[in-house]
Amino acid sequence: MFPARVAREMPHRYRLEAAKCRNCGAVFFPHRLICRECGHREFDTINISAIGKLISYTIIHTPASQFKDESPFALGICEFPEGVKITAQVVDIAAADIKTGMSLQIEFRRVQTDGHAGVIGYGYKFVPVI
Amino acid sequence: MRDVAIVGVGMQKWGELWEKSFRDLFVEAALNAISDTKVSKIDHMYIGCMTGGLFVGQEHVGSIMADYLGQRNLAATRVESACASGGMALRCGFVEVASGMSDIVLVGGVEKMTDVSGDGATYALATAADQEYEVFHGATFPGLYALMARAYMDRYGATRDQLSAVAVKNHDNGLNNPNAQYQMKLTVQQVNESVMVADPLRILDCSPITDGAAALILCPLSRAKEFSDKPPIKIIGCGMATDSIALHDRKSLTSLDAVRIAGERALKMAGKTINDINVTEVHDCFTIAEIIVSEALGMFPAGKGALACVNGETRVEGKFPINTSGGLKSKGHPVGATGVAQAIEIVHQLHGEAGKRQVKNAKVGMTQNMGGSGGSSVVHIMEVA
Repeated sequence: MFPARVAREMPHRYRLEAAKCRNCGAVFFPHRLICRECGHREFDTINISAIGKLISYTIIHTPASQFKDESPFALGICEFPEGVKITAQVVDIAAADIKTGMSLQIEFRRVQTDGHAGVIGYGYKFVPVI
Repeated sequence: MRDVAIVGVGMQKWGELWEKSFRDLFVEAALNAISDTKVSKIDHMYIGCMTGGLFVGQEHVGSIMADYLGQRNLAATRVESACASGGMALRCGFVEVASGMSDIVLVGGVEKMTDVSGDGATYALATAADQEYEVFHGATFPGLYALMARAYMDRYGATRDQLSAVAVKNHDNGLNNPNAQYQMKLTVQQVNESVMVADPLRILDCSPITDGAAALILCPLSRAKEFSDKPPIKIIGCGMATDSIALHDRKSLTSLDAVRIAGERALKMAGKTINDINVTEVHDCFTIAEIIVSEALGMFPAGKGALACVNGETRVEGKFPINTSGGLKSKGHPVGATGVAQAIEIVHQLHGEAGKRQVKNAKVGMTQNMGGSGGSSVVHIMEVA
């Protein structure tokens, strides 16, 4: 991971910043330069809500090499009240307890590391609602 | 636009081909296609290849293949649309001939996937997903299709056995295809009990890692008789569509809009409906993919594709025969070559040369090739001219 590549995504990964179209109100995560729904080019920055609903999940047994130590792990897609859907790992819960339709909270976590001395990729994961 | 015909085809038996290099794979298939015709000179070549760079460290694919094909200075273009690269190459070749720009076009596809480890292949293939918003979090391709499979099973009540029926059917067809990588019979129980890859998908739900290439020769229909004694196969429809490459950005996890729209565009161009199609090759990279694609193409209503397979409707003798070649599942899936090989199977079917897997009275055939988790799809429709 090159530091610039990580830094570019920080507003989304660290602060859950999304772009809301000033014309039609559609919300995009991450931000875009042009609205997919109406073609407008001005946006307001908003933050995604903390709690979303799990719409599907899988337990990955054959991950890419940087996730070998965590295998098997759960990966899910949550839908948030703003209309945005996000893919992330589902953690701090046993696989058998994960159910489609459950509410999950999005939390700031370490997602992957670039070897022992490289860049640490922080971002978000889904956890049970406290 | 001029009418365009396929006058020659070539590939090799696919598999884990340690002894064959990236360039040898392609040239072997291309020479087989040229030998299938009386063509001596090619005007342009299109090659579908997803990622020669990540699999064997080789880009600049058009030039190296033109040279090794003994066609130095040939105009050559490499085409990429992830696992739909081969279908996209065919679309480019079709446009090249239809437009009048070239007369004789070689359309090929190639991927050399087994020189890297399983991890390396997982990484290379995952570049077809959203790198920052899917892959960064640990998504793999089996994982993305597993998210679709669970959503489909939750929504429509599809069962484990129904997913397995797709793999069983495609392996039954592959048994009769001498070029298939895995010519072995499967049972529902074997699929159900195979190793878990990404729950609910198991290893026998997944297409394999494959080395292979495939090639076609296209020319104007008006010149087809100069190059082949067989009936020319006319390309009558060609549709392509894209969608967001991030699965989570789609309206639904249980439908594939790029496939639906590409199919509608191809059928409209051909002046056909889905009921006119006698045989179809679809992109069954995972069992769930074949089910959702069969619905997106309009063969079955949403939620009925899984049951249709169980009921035999997609078998060789069914109403909508799907993947008579064995599909990606049994024939193998060298990603850049797959879309081209799908067209080869349809050519064999329309010529009545498919042996034990022949669909009776096949007059009109369709291919559906797909990139990523459905971020792109290309559909072609062909008939005997």
